[in-house]
Amino acid sequence: MKKTYHVNEKGYYGTFGGAYIPEMLYPNVEELRQKYLDIMYEDSFQKEFKQLLKDYVGRPSPLFYAERLSEKYKTKIYLKREDLNHTGAHKVNNTIGQILMAKRLGKTRIIAETGAGQHGVATATVCALMGMECIVYMGEIDIARQAPNVARMKMLGAEVRAALSGSRTLKDATNEAIRDWISNPVDTHYIIGSVVGPHPYPDMVARFQAVISEEIEWQLQEKEGRSYPDHVIACVGGGSNAAGAFYQYLDDERVNLIAVEAAGKGIHSGESAATSVLGEDGIIHGSRTLLMQTKDGQITEPYSISAGLDYPGVGPMHAHLYASNRAEFISITDDEAMTAGLELSQLEGIIPAIETSHALAIFDTRKFKEDEIVVLNLSGRGDKDLNTYIEYFKL
Amino acid sequence: MNRINQKLQEDKKLLSIYFTAGYPSLNDTVGVLQNLEKSGVDMVEIGLPFSDPLADGPTIQASSTQALENGMTSEILFEQLTDIRKTVSIPLIIMGYLNPMMQYGIEAFCAKCKEVGIDGLIIPDMPVNVYHEQFQAIFEKYGLINVFLITPQTSEERIRFIDSISDGFIYMVSSAGTTGAKSSFGNAQSDYFDRIGNMNLKNPQVVGFGISNRETFTQATSKAKGAIIGSAFIKHLTKHGVDTISDFINEIR
Repeated sequence: MKKTYHVNEKGYYGTFGGAYIPEMLYPNVEELRQKYLDIMYEDSFQKEFKQLLKDYVGRPSPLFYAERLSEKYKTKIYLKREDLNHTGAHKVNNTIGQILMAKRLGKTRIIAETGAGQHGVATATVCALMGMECIVYMGEIDIARQAPNVARMKMLGAEVRAALSGSRTLKDATNEAIRDWISNPVDTHYIIGSVVGPHPYPDMVARFQAVISEEIEWQLQEKEGRSYPDHVIACVGGGSNAAGAFYQYLDDERVNLIAVEAAGKGIHSGESAATSVLGEDGIIHGSRTLLMQTKDGQITEPYSISAGLDYPGVGPMHAHLYASNRAEFISITDDEAMTAGLELSQLEGIIPAIETSHALAIFDTRKFKEDEIVVLNLSGRGDKDLNTYIEYFKL
Repeated sequence: MNRINQKLQEDKKLLSIYFTAGYPSLNDTVGVLQNLEKSGVDMVEIGLPFSDPLADGPTIQASSTQALENGMTSEILFEQLTDIRKTVSIPLIIMGYLNPMMQYGIEAFCAKCKEVGIDGLIIPDMPVNVYHEQFQAIFEKYGLINVFLITPQTSEERIRFIDSISDGFIYMVSSAGTTGAKSSFGNAQSDYFDRIGNMNLKNPQVVGFGISNRETFTQATSKAKGAIIGSAFIKHLTKHGVDTISDFINEIR
């Protein structure tokens, strides 16, 4: 059998993945597992999905040759412009797919978790579009930190519920969403925002995000006469934008995959989110993967200046890419990321999300050859981060 | 014979109590167990606290958070339980999530359970197939009974499979929801209790989630062999402390 980095039939990537869920969730997750592929690849589903991605999200997103950035770092850098999507990031590719999935499963009520609020906004957006009830769980601390996104969700008609347990951030919002699903097993679909959670979520979300690398293939073919780059770079929190950018190239060893994690204030500073380095094999949110935890197995709270990267785990696909050395993992500190974000703004006229700035920051230390083709997934735009940029640079 | 199987043979409805180890204070674990036995409780689930307890409602979550702040760990729990069999003889089950047990090492954890006299485990986020394929042999080696959950949504086929790989009792979750969510049972619950009761399973059933007083205990055990009280007991501990445990138990039966 050909070696593959995709999920196997039991829902694992190597030893990672699976569905470590309480029995209360089994019927829901099992129904999804049995049906998701059939539903996703129905002609009518694909037609509706593609139509919405085109007319509502604004896809295809451009693949932009960043001339000045390329000149500075002496290599050929293309930016995949997910920041130009409706709602400002790659997140909406998944929520469009999952809302169509929920409709076909006959669900009438949608729940989601959110950290910084990007996935919450993307979920509230598609729920408004489809006229579905929407409840978004968000940590109490994040609600206070991300007021504009809370307002957006409310304006879109969603109810934002505060997660008051534990550390009151993303991991607890995820716990609360799972508890809601346990309590509402029949009418509710849970739209997870990343390639995390029990199988089939990591695979399903990766397939919805795969549109990113599907477009890169034909766009590169047009521009460079070949469908693959030498390197693909993406930032990783849970890992959904990286999963999408890597997807078509997972088993194509000509392509080097580079995952960029948040080192926060330094990998060993105690304030970091570099899961591949600091994480240990364990179970979080129904998935076996690498996660940050104490020796006793209590899940710890990560830190990054970027709210979208401070998840204590990483998707099982990425844990496997790390453990098998298929992908290169690089950690970038807050300071390095902020500097890179400013640089892109001034070299290319694009203000990136701070998550994306982490990916951009690797050019300072990770050198590429002059004739190599490097695609960087520009996962989101920086509007949501203006306050952080303003404070950091005293703008 | 395992203490759980022995207890299940007694001709009575079993009252089982869940509490969080290391709560209200770190060193309350042994005192709570001794008081529960003295009060006539038939079986105890000792909760191993976890930072992210997915299946639990606010009461048990809060007690877990407090226990962790008190410093509870797997290692300390086993230390506290070292001499427990000198004073407590009812069946003891550890209930906890898989991750802390994985970090301890599943086999090391099971070995330690046997050493201190634990009779079984309830691990809500350990899937049936993972147990069956990876852990069953280890559990059996150390004489531990694994208890599986079923819910009102569990299919008949799956209940029969769970029954076939169980060797103790089946934990019947009373309704859709986390622990401590419901305060009374309606028609849906009595239909569910009847339906499972009429399946003639080889393992007796013990009902959990939503049992808080004499009335719900009686309803839950109309068909089932026993019932487990968790959140309501934790609330009592929070309010009245360890010394008044018998008052709570006497209210139930």
